[in-house]
Amino acid sequence: MGKNKPPAKYSAAGLLWRGLRKQSWPRVWREPEFKSTYDVVIIGGGVHGLATAYYLASNHGITNIAVVDKQYLGSGGSGRNTAIVRSNYLTPEGVAFYDRSLDLYNSMSNDLNLNVMFSERGHLTLAHTDSALRTMNWRAEVNKLQGINSSVITPAEIKKLTPSLDVSADTRYPILGALYHPPGGTIRHDAVVWGYARGADAYGVDLHQKTEVLDILVEGGSGPEGKGPSGKVTGVRTSKGDIHAPVVVNCTAGWASQLSNMAGVTLPITTHPLQAAVTEPVKTFLPTVVVSGSLHVYVSQTDRGELVFGASVDPVATYNMSGTLEFTEELAGHVLELMPGISKMRLLRQWAGLCDMTPDYSPVMGPTPVDGFYVDVGWGTYGFKAGPVSGEQMAACVANGTTPELIKPFELSRFTEGTLVGEKGAAAVGH
Amino acid sequence: MLLVPCPNCGPMNAADLSYNGESHRRPDPKTCTPEEWRTYLYLRENPSGWLLENWYCSSGCRRHFKIERHTLTGELRAPVLPGRKPGATQGDMK
Ligand SMILES: Cc1cc2nc3c(=O)[nH]c(=O)nc-3n(C[C@H](O)[C@H](O)[C@H](O)COP(=O)(O)OP(=O)(O)OC[C@H]3O[C@@H](n4cnc5c(N)ncnc54)[C@H](O)[C@@H]3O)c2cc1C
Ligand SMILES: [Zn+2]
Repeated sequence: MGKNKPPAKYSAAGLLWRGLRKQSWPRVWREPEFKSTYDVVIIGGGVHGLATAYYLASNHGITNIAVVDKQYLGSGGSGRNTAIVRSNYLTPEGVAFYDRSLDLYNSMSNDLNLNVMFSERGHLTLAHTDSALRTMNWRAEVNKLQGINSSVITPAEIKKLTPSLDVSADTRYPILGALYHPPGGTIRHDAVVWGYARGADAYGVDLHQKTEVLDILVEGGSGPEGKGPSGKVTGVRTSKGDIHAPVVVNCTAGWASQLSNMAGVTLPITTHPLQAAVTEPVKTFLPTVVVSGSLHVYVSQTDRGELVFGASVDPVATYNMSGTLEFTEELAGHVLELMPGISKMRLLRQWAGLCDMTPDYSPVMGPTPVDGFYVDVGWGTYGFKAGPVSGEQMAACVANGTTPELIKPFELSRFTEGTLVGEKGAAAVGH
Repeated sequence: MLLVPCPNCGPMNAADLSYNGESHRRPDPKTCTPEEWRTYLYLRENPSGWLLENWYCSSGCRRHFKIERHTLTGELRAPVLPGRKPGATQGDMK
């Protein structure tokens, strides 16, 4: 990964030393001064923005970077997701991409000198209909061709893996089989955000929190105010003042359209909330991640013993992040179809985050018709697992000025050229 | 719960309607370029604010209608049937 690593700070010896001397810990990253010029401005302090900054610094030696976020780091989807990672997608483009991300996640605790608690517990996607089973078989074959550990297993095998699932044939949505992906699992999302932030900061990247981008400055474009196609980005206007920069990267997920519209670039994105919920902690009984597309639900058990549930996005586009009672009711009903045994468990809390949905359930990455303005958006409900590889590839894209092969299929131009990368079959409730 | 007023049926639970997203003028498929057609199909303003949208009263009168909705606050303005201009009052639509 990184060609030159930032100095390691955390170690068992250090912990013991500080513990014995009762020393407090220093701040993890600086509160930098606001500067009016940078080489690169990255909008959005989620895993995508921070990873891009980190890899620009570690792989390409570009360190005069500002990451600006209107709230705190990880306040968007990166701190709200259900932390599931996997690479068993449907298209060869998708599989290659997400598999690289899993590689980076595998070595991340070492690379960032921070334990991200990767739990490679296995990932089950249930099939309740013949057509779902057919898609699973298709996915398994695409996966195997690419060397991904992925196969279709029978209800009996599912029962062996996760005894709490009801695999009997007389349920309303009988389980006919599942796509089993042993390398999938969960990772502590906050640690990933903090790890990249700390790593980027160590290289000298400035992390500006509570700094909202109000406008993107563009010159010479064909649209109103000189924005839009064939324009050139010159910087951003923020709540703390203007920043001049020849390169601006939009990593704002649910807010991506707002930011791109500021540059005169229209995106194929609509913003929908995705809700999640967590129960009280109980003794460990659920060893794998379980996803059911037909029942619009997925569940995993955390290291603390809580069950974390998610669903599919709310159908109506909105920027409102309030949770709804309909969600909890529907969720409870569907979870109990799968695991009748947990009917006495209580929900602790629920929340929502904004997801930037694209028509083909694949991201939008790389250059735009405005010179110097890049996007890494359209991450919908699956962007956490893609954080590391997106950062790595976007950094290469910005540093070299050419789009790397791995993200070429995801360029914005595919929508006007009509070359979509259909991942709906693997991503709709997939996580 | 979002209550969306169908011009025919009155307030409906949004879950009982089909949400068809941003309302855009469809280019003439006989004369437009593939790029224009794909722009119509895929690109969206997706504002945080007022937005004119298409809804379909799928479990009621089965009519299509348009309505302006605020995508952050959830406020709604009067609905309109196709061919009418937004901002018309309820009375105009009878
Ligand atoms: C409930 C839920 C569950 C999910 N589960 C999973 C999962 O299990 N696995 C998975 O892979 N993915 C999952 N996702 C999706 C994943 O969380 C996102 O795709 C991912 O976090 C996006 O990261 P990001 O860095 O691109 O954006 P975000 O983390 O959303 O960051 C965007 C940032 O931009 C900032 N911003 C916005 N506007 C401005 C502005 N004008 N100026 C400055 N800053 C601005 C925001 O404050 C925010 O911090 C889930 C999402 C949700 C909501
Ligand atoms: Zn009606």
